[in-house]
Amino acid sequence: MILTINGQAREINQVGTLADLLAQLQLSPERVVVELNGEILCADQLGANALSPGDKIELVQFVGGG
Amino acid sequence: MKIYLNEKPAEIDAGMTLAELVASMKPDADVRIINGHPVAAPDILLQQDDRVTLIKRGEIPSFEDLEFLLTTRHTPLIHQQLKTKHVGIAGVGGLGSQVAIALARSGIGSLTLVDFDVVEPSNLNRQQYFIDQIGLPKVSALAENLRRINPYVKVTAHCEKVSEMNLCQLFGTVDLLVEAFDDAGQKAQLCRSFLQHFPDRYLVAASGMAGYGTANRIATKRINRRFYLCGDDTSAARPGHGLMAPRVGVVAHHQANAALRLLLNLEPETDNDDPDN
Repeated sequence: MILTINGQAREINQVGTLADLLAQLQLSPERVVVELNGEILCADQLGANALSPGDKIELVQFVGGG
Repeated sequence: MKIYLNEKPAEIDAGMTLAELVASMKPDADVRIINGHPVAAPDILLQQDDRVTLIKRGEIPSFEDLEFLLTTRHTPLIHQQLKTKHVGIAGVGGLGSQVAIALARSGIGSLTLVDFDVVEPSNLNRQQYFIDQIGLPKVSALAENLRRINPYVKVTAHCEKVSEMNLCQLFGTVDLLVEAFDDAGQKAQLCRSFLQHFPDRYLVAASGMAGYGTANRIATKRINRRFYLCGDDTSAARPGHGLMAPRVGVVAHHQANAALRLLLNLEPETDNDDPDN
């Protein structure tokens, strides 16, 4: 299905949830802020919501240092 | 004849000397500066439009005087807006200590500082602390440093760990939060919690600043209307690729500038909306 990830339309297959998407993109859920269609999600919500074609997703990955 | 005395216009008689001015306006002044140059000989003749600064060493200006001095170097309207604003800073290490100082110098009204760390020798490579502050709680040391810069910023310091439990109590009244943690997981956790709990407040976070690669990759990026991220996105701190003062400072000042722009209702990512650009 087509998802808009960080403003870019991408064809993503074999993912049911945001948890699956992060795994496919090799992103660690603890270090990523996930926004789905304008709503910020808790870490434990990532496996709960099924993704639908056209969903707009922002993934903000943090690296250490400060 | 018009001159400027401590930034304010003043009318004096033509032919007046510096010594006469000092005697009539500030007899205890022990530092006398004319047009940016310290003057030792007091019998110098004052000229039209001279800018004279008279200082008594160690004297702390009154709130009104300091505010006036700050306002003359800022755009007055901007100073009036910033002094009503309250910024929270979560973590006062390399990022937070420098953001706090930049905001205090800019005349922000209130700062809330939260960190549970104490100053360690290894912090001095990039954090705004001094060798005689080793062992002090960072928030206490920073509050003291801020007081020495601008004693009229209202500083609230909490030496504790930020958690989901105390987030609302610590930062419930801020207009904007600066995320200035070190650990990637804690950064993400704080951002998630703050964005969920405070749907109408601004958040300026940071990611990617280690090493000494070009600073030109560091930028301020808009994630959404109220969430901004500063850094190069990728340079993680790791053994052999440590945190160094210049790049951490660049990111901290991106955060401080983004905070100022948001508080002034300007877009941080571009300056298309800025009448001066």
